[in-house]
Amino acid sequence: MNSPFRLPEASTHAVTVDHIFYLLLLLSGATAVLVFGLILLFAVRYRRGSSAKRGPMPEILSREFEIGWTVATLLTFAFLFWWASSADLGSLAAPPSALEIHVVAKQWMWKTQHPSGAREINALHVPLDRPVHLLMSSQDVIHSFFVPAFRVKKDVVPGRDTDIWFQASKSGTFPLLCAEYCGTNHSMMRGKIVVMRQDDYAGWLVQQPEGDDLAHEGAKLFVSQGCSGCHAASSNVHAPRLAGLYGRAVQLADGRTVSADEAYIRDSILQPKRDVVAGYEPVMPSFKGLLDDGEIQSLTAYIRSLSKEQPDD
Amino acid sequence: MTDALLAGELPLPPHPDYLRDGSTVWSWLATTDHKRIAILYAVTITVFFFLGGAAITAVRLELFEPNGWLLTSDTYNKLFSFHGIIMVWFFLVPSIPNTFGNFLLPLMIGAPDVAFPRLNLFSWYLTIAAGAFTVYALVAGGVDTGWTFYTPYSSMFSNTHVFAAAAGVFVVGFASIATGVNFIATTHMLRAPGMTWFRLPLFVWAVYATSLIMVLATPVLAISLLLVIAERVLGLPIFDPARGGDPILFQHLFWFYSHPAVYIMVLPAMGVVSEIIPCFARRRIFGYDFMVYAMLAIAGIGFFVWGHHMFVSGQSALASLVFSFLSFIIAVPSAIKVFNWTASLYRGQISFESPMLYALGFVGLFTTGGLSGLFLASIPVDIHVTDTYFVVAHFHYIMVGGSVSAFFAGLHFWWPKVTGKLYPESWAKFAAILMYAGFNMTFLPQFFAGYLGMPRRYHTYPAEFQIYNVMSSAGAAVLAVAYLLPLGYLGWSLFYGGKAAKNPWGATGLEWTATSPPPPKNFDRQPRVDRGPYDYHAQGMSAGTDPPEMQSARDTR
Repeated sequence: MNSPFRLPEASTHAVTVDHIFYLLLLLSGATAVLVFGLILLFAVRYRRGSSAKRGPMPEILSREFEIGWTVATLLTFAFLFWWASSADLGSLAAPPSALEIHVVAKQWMWKTQHPSGAREINALHVPLDRPVHLLMSSQDVIHSFFVPAFRVKKDVVPGRDTDIWFQASKSGTFPLLCAEYCGTNHSMMRGKIVVMRQDDYAGWLVQQPEGDDLAHEGAKLFVSQGCSGCHAASSNVHAPRLAGLYGRAVQLADGRTVSADEAYIRDSILQPKRDVVAGYEPVMPSFKGLLDDGEIQSLTAYIRSLSKEQPDD
Repeated sequence: MTDALLAGELPLPPHPDYLRDGSTVWSWLATTDHKRIAILYAVTITVFFFLGGAAITAVRLELFEPNGWLLTSDTYNKLFSFHGIIMVWFFLVPSIPNTFGNFLLPLMIGAPDVAFPRLNLFSWYLTIAAGAFTVYALVAGGVDTGWTFYTPYSSMFSNTHVFAAAAGVFVVGFASIATGVNFIATTHMLRAPGMTWFRLPLFVWAVYATSLIMVLATPVLAISLLLVIAERVLGLPIFDPARGGDPILFQHLFWFYSHPAVYIMVLPAMGVVSEIIPCFARRRIFGYDFMVYAMLAIAGIGFFVWGHHMFVSGQSALASLVFSFLSFIIAVPSAIKVFNWTASLYRGQISFESPMLYALGFVGLFTTGGLSGLFLASIPVDIHVTDTYFVVAHFHYIMVGGSVSAFFAGLHFWWPKVTGKLYPESWAKFAAILMYAGFNMTFLPQFFAGYLGMPRRYHTYPAEFQIYNVMSSAGAAVLAVAYLLPLGYLGWSLFYGGKAAKNPWGATGLEWTATSPPPPKNFDRQPRVDRGPYDYHAQGMSAGTDPPEMQSARDTR
């Protein structure tokens, strides 16, 4: 059992959040003392029949006084906003060197997959002092990936990829919780995050059963699901080549231009008629219901891996 | 000679008061008298309050143990959903506006009734019909979506009675809209001669601002629930991502209503307290016009902060920044109000009857709840505590600590006016103090549990949170007693309570110039208004030393 009185600060982000939290605690504590103190003071001093001075109100309690405390409150809040937001903006994007791990949430479990292909259920081993970037998707309803010790939380939403990153700064085992209500066993959708020293992590990874990494798995799916029948360079069908696609701007048949990111690739697999590439016929069938979220992640990873090669046309 | 004459009261008017003007069931069910409709609402919401309370009592009992001991997870989920749906839409939203608002708005502005008396009765029937849908959903097996109905869970996955529950909320929304329209028209059209906008009591301003929100925001709730029903029943692809829908769309629609709805619940409470504090401090309210502008600002800005419920939903960073900034901004008018209530005590002649105790309790709990709101407006802190018990504690401080305390404050303040009876004051004081203590015992531990990471809506939970849940459940037992007590002594007063005079508190305000209880059309002669509200002493002075009897005589001249 973890301590019921203290929450570990187990990531670099946790320290930042706690600083803001303590400042807010200090400020609101001071405000509460002021308000409660004044109410108590007035309640005693001006209780009915007391001999405290009444008579004409002092000049200072005027409109200027009210404007004064309004402006003071406004400036305090503006400062709080600036401070809290700059901390937020500072931690928005994951560093490019981050270890990329895929997470799939479903009623009621967490499935994680490491770049090496190692898979876990309701658990995630991560190395210490190294940024970890999670790419998350849900197979059914909305879940939320919550690690209190890291002070991070992000909804995992069906139909779109969300991401989150952290850098663990303490070794140990920390609870992973689902924070968005997701049905009957919502409260059982828990797991653990195990933070290990980097060499321990490497050792742990080696011991895991062999698994293909995502891109390799995607490459197999690319053939077995028949994608290569049209999208391979040798195909007779007039279909867009996928090498070098990821991250590029794509001209669509209706004149729009979109960036080929994860969401675009996912949409193109599931709803191929929506964003048809300029110069191509809308002939691709939808793979909705044929692929689960994990398989789409694998295919996306495969298409991404192609971007490192030069386009072949 | 009657008792009233002996007590120095004017003789009763020759016609009976509104309670005795017809005693058949039909005379109640077909009444268009705003005061009788207020009573109908009061009975209705009391039933719902104790229904919602019973549901959460089972939940709190269950949470004594980390792994549950009484309920299945499905039952647990249905109970907290029922609690939320009932308490929000069938108690908090109609509580103060539809009871005190209905009863007092015409009296306070010197009108014989609301602008559309039959619409007023119709909206009560809508509430009853809606309540029937919702109670049916419970009896038929319950609904387990939480009060928020998040998609795609509610539209595609839940196997419970979502349709009936959503239909109930959909219909009660129209009751809200009808009441809002009625109050806006009443405030605009039926003010007595001399009752200018800046002579309106703050309670009227509060009800007016609330009505604006009801009329503008509630249709969006209706739309979002209709879309859920369309997807669930007709299979239209709206939120289903596999068919091109977007589940996050629902959250935007839902919170576009539900954040302003928080102000529907708390603005009327602010109005109640703004009547009571000046009366028991014998002081003019400090900064009347700032209080008015603050309420209008809250009503307006309240429409643009909904995204702070969605910092972790994956919305864009820019959207989060804007919503965070506006959430800090909306805290300013709330802070102004707290400072002004406090300043209104300065140089007062303060007495501590039960309405005042409840009102001061409101200020304390609202301040605590409001300050915890600053944590939720800060994006990095919100990301950590959102969807945890920290949020649960925060909104219960505002909506239960705040609004329900104010409801009880108003109930005790206007009880003599509404029923013509006096209740046992020492019991009332005891209940007020017990409620404040019980509330803090219940919800203060939840701030700690939430910060330490206990998610909300958890049937089972990690063992380290047990200490906080046990404290919370123990506090809830105290709170339950405090809520049941008034039922006892107020009920007792109906039969055995002493007769109330016109103006037992020596308050200003037109409602106190009518008899207790008032006659069917409120005033025998058209009231004329020649001064502002809260005229407890001359401008620029502080509290007078007049005894309440003299104050009373001055008000009823």
